[in-house]
Amino acid sequence: MNEANLDLWEVFVRARRGLSHQHVGSLHAPDAEVALRRARDLYTRRGEGVSIWVVPSGAVSASDPGEKEPYFTPARDKDYRYPTYYELPREVRGL
Amino acid sequence: MTTLADPGTVSRFDALIAADERIEPRDEMPEAYRSTLIRQIAQHAHSEIIGMQPEGNWLTRAPSLRRKAILLAKVQDEAGHGLYLYAAAETLGVSRGELLDALHAGRQRYSSIFNYPTLTWADVGAIGWLVDGAAIVNQIPLTRCSYGPYARAMVRVCQEESFHQRQGYESLHTLAHGTESQRAMAQDAVDRWWWPSLMMFGPPDSASTHTSKSAAWKIKRHSNDELRQRFVDLCVPQAEVLGLGLPDPDLRWNEATGHYEYGEIDWSEFKAVLDGDGPCNRQRIERRTAAHRDGQWVREAAEAYRTKRTGAAR
Repeated sequence: MNEANLDLWEVFVRARRGLSHQHVGSLHAPDAEVALRRARDLYTRRGEGVSIWVVPSGAVSASDPGEKEPYFTPARDKDYRYPTYYELPREVRGL
Repeated sequence: MTTLADPGTVSRFDALIAADERIEPRDEMPEAYRSTLIRQIAQHAHSEIIGMQPEGNWLTRAPSLRRKAILLAKVQDEAGHGLYLYAAAETLGVSRGELLDALHAGRQRYSSIFNYPTLTWADVGAIGWLVDGAAIVNQIPLTRCSYGPYARAMVRVCQEESFHQRQGYESLHTLAHGTESQRAMAQDAVDRWWWPSLMMFGPPDSASTHTSKSAAWKIKRHSNDELRQRFVDLCVPQAEVLGLGLPDPDLRWNEATGHYEYGEIDWSEFKAVLDGDGPCNRQRIERRTAAHRDGQWVREAAEAYRTKRTGAAR
């Protein structure tokens, strides 16, 4: 029996109010409560956060990194989705 | 994570490296890249947790409550650094248990600097200034290393390491400006830690077996000798401010190169310590395996607690 048999958790920390939680790393823990306590000790020793989320690593579904091109291209070739696509009269202001 | 050696895999990996993009855990990567990283990150993680021992030696004998609180925080940081790094290694498909087994069995190494003893309180200061100082010079370029999880762990480590170096320097400065015997103790510590600190950068470029491949893969961005020179250039003026000497009669400023020249490093000592003949090699591993054994009941209790909470045994 080994620590490595314990579940792996992904840790997210909100640095301060108004910001979203950001992934900061992972750790092993037997359950969510201990995972939270360990995350506090490991990732917020210097006031790095005001809130912590822990998520079982196995619960994360991810896109395939190899699929990068076909998977993400549609957004990129629709350049009319970007404000810079549009030509406006030079004299117009506030747009 | 895939480690196929087919041409498509290699070219995609090569393209990412060439574009100075980061490789992430689920990307395809050559097996040699993966094994090189596991070896390097594991050695780094092992160094962090073995490094708790020489300083932990002084926790109960720190000269004041202030110094004791500082040292406790530093040793706790080293444990944290070890955990960041083991987590980074685990993204490469190896378990922490396997890595610890490899450390305990001597199949993986840790930095040979931690095989030197901490004989006096001044050694704690000298380690902070020189050993952590050398570690920072080594680690700053690693924050731009091609493997994402390792680079991100290094960002956190470097931020925290800065406190380690400054507390050591402050402590040494206090001793160097104290009584005659305190000054002598500080000088003695610097005399003993200077050369081993220079050895922390590894063998000279002409003899390093890992540098060229790691450079091509952008794991290592500067050579051992470049980093060693950077460290010497930083330390000489800092030693002057301390009012302490560095134990090298050949140390001199070279106007033409804009760098300090330093004397010949005793690589036979480095090799002997690396091969297990340093002053504390056996003691460090014995202490580590004993700590692991003594902590077994905690791991078992955690597992039993998990089973009780979730009702699922493994």
